[in-house]
Amino acid sequence: MAPRPPPRLAVWKFASCDGCQLTLLDCEDELLTVADAVEIANFREASKAVVAGPYDLSLVEGSITTADDARRIREVRAESKVLVTIGACATSGGIQALRNFADVEEYRRVVYARPEYVATLASSTAIRDHVPVDFELRGCPINKAQLLEVIAAFLADRAPNVPTESVCIECKRRGNVCVVVAHGTPCLGPVTQTGCGAICPAFHRGCYGCFGPMDSPNTAALIPHLGELGLDLASVRRLFSTFNAAAPPFRAAAESAGTEASRP
Amino acid sequence: MTERTIAVDYLARVEGEGALRVRIHDRSVEEVELKIFEPPRFFEAFLRGRGYAEAPDITARICGICPVAYQMSACHAMERALGVRVDGPLRDLRRLLYCGEWIESHTLHLYLLHAPDFLGYPDAIAMAKDHRGLVEQGLRLKRTGNALMSLLGGREIHPINVRVGGFYRCPTRRELEEFRPELVEALDRAEATVRFAAALPFPAVEEDYEFVALRHPSEYPMNEGAVVSSRGLHLDPDAFEDEFREEQVPHSNALHSVRRDGGSYLVGPLARFALNRDRLPPRAARLAREAGLGPEVRNPFQSIVVRAIEIVIACEEAIAIIDRYRPPAAPSVDLPRPTEGAVGRAITEAPRGMLYHRYRLGAEGTIAEARIVAPTSQNQRRIEDDLRHLVERSLDLETPALTDACERAIRNHDPCISCATHFLHLDLERS
Repeated sequence: MAPRPPPRLAVWKFASCDGCQLTLLDCEDELLTVADAVEIANFREASKAVVAGPYDLSLVEGSITTADDARRIREVRAESKVLVTIGACATSGGIQALRNFADVEEYRRVVYARPEYVATLASSTAIRDHVPVDFELRGCPINKAQLLEVIAAFLADRAPNVPTESVCIECKRRGNVCVVVAHGTPCLGPVTQTGCGAICPAFHRGCYGCFGPMDSPNTAALIPHLGELGLDLASVRRLFSTFNAAAPPFRAAAESAGTEASRP
Repeated sequence: MTERTIAVDYLARVEGEGALRVRIHDRSVEEVELKIFEPPRFFEAFLRGRGYAEAPDITARICGICPVAYQMSACHAMERALGVRVDGPLRDLRRLLYCGEWIESHTLHLYLLHAPDFLGYPDAIAMAKDHRGLVEQGLRLKRTGNALMSLLGGREIHPINVRVGGFYRCPTRRELEEFRPELVEALDRAEATVRFAAALPFPAVEEDYEFVALRHPSEYPMNEGAVVSSRGLHLDPDAFEDEFREEQVPHSNALHSVRRDGGSYLVGPLARFALNRDRLPPRAARLAREAGLGPEVRNPFQSIVVRAIEIVIACEEAIAIIDRYRPPAAPSVDLPRPTEGAVGRAITEAPRGMLYHRYRLGAEGTIAEARIVAPTSQNQRRIEDDLRHLVERSLDLETPALTDACERAIRNHDPCISCATHFLHLDLERS
């Protein structure tokens, strides 16, 4: 019997900064081992050699912002056995989803002198809004260890071990001093999914939510506390409206902080 | 009458989504297009209304390869708008963080994206099958750059410790001293990298570049300096927009940053090296001589050697900064209340070249206007010039070989299309 061929890995890019796919190349100690275990069949940022699909595992970076990309992601899905999205752009639309709450025509005119040449959709949307997704890896950017865990889990045909608890849990485990309690620093740790290593509190900074909302976050309880710590409503709204602005719980939290007109 | 088209629909081993099209009619090059189909993300638009302190973290997301460059240009520009200056150990720590990014970004390009062109492989993974030691050396050196960024910034991509006015937390002396041996080893690997790169075969090409880079009174430039060019330009970064402008080109609907007279120019390692040859630290200076580099390098293929020299510079600089480091009294300077209407501009040297930020502040410390000019939008016109010259002298090559040569000519300049897109007109019709 012939040996089973290695699984085929593909890496795809949509609207993004390239940072999440770079995370794979940043696995300096593991990259060659990964390359021994899988066939890197389509990864344009790293290779000229492209093997035609189908692919066993597709890692998808970036959000959907053009009609062309909305068509392309369906092609990617069709030739992928397992599709995993990597990073905040692919899982919630990314920072570019701020256009979803604004007039994209006006955006076009601000950035481009000849706006008619720029083809873009009015919204930046997550991959799962277009095709079924098998697993979503959070983060802006994703965490290297979590990426390796997802690849390893796929190779072993098991579910990835990626916790969905809050940053607070990881922060306590790491032994950080709580920046809210000790310094009165506003922090999104109580409502943000873990995975980063609780690095912001470790550097005496409040969490800014780059891994997006945890499962069932209690943002309604957090918002008054943020006010008590000195944030005005505009600041609260901006805090929830960054790299996961379009993730529904963060979007709702920003909206509940009111509009400029309704400020006290 | 013969018509020939060289087309690459999706450039590989560059950061971002780009394509190439060259149209040749008889023996004349009619059209050269470095096409960008990376979708726009509208950073300058949604920065309006954000708090001034948010600019470093938000603009970092323009590029996952050089987030520190965006954080640095944003911080310096905002500090100009606020009228504060960050000096002493805080300034040193910023330079140290930048050293980490230069090491990481240059090593990524040199070993994983550029070297396979010279050794004839589609990628570094295939190259590792025959040259495992070489690729491992590159990955090990790259790890040092990333480790330095994580030590200072919390993580290597989109570091979390940078703020307008300084940092959230400064490292202790001991934390930096413990990292020193790693850099000493990295310096040896960087030296081996120079020797490897210098021994590669280079096509005999000389381009007549106008080099543009920062120049500082005593340092190899990273965070500050005057804007100088190889044709005699010397100006304050505040005057950047007087001498450089964006121009629309009919063949690609793309805005290129060009000189005032419309000419192309080159930023990045070749430019920095040519304009700061007398600012190299000792080991880098010796290695540049041993590698046979003259006062300037005008062969774009040799940019791989100059990038290696800049890795040496970054390692030497990082060690020197660690050796003189005394933690500052506070991790950041006090910032005054922002003034509505204040404008701040700054240029720093991203791994790929000068990165310009300008902000005008609105009410209550918000951003009223933002303008960002990335290195690749400045180099795009010049890359097209390189391509035109390459095709003109290589018309006898068969199309596949010529296409391959064109891709290499683009990769020489390490373009970052993710960065450039926010300033370029896009033609999304893929032919």
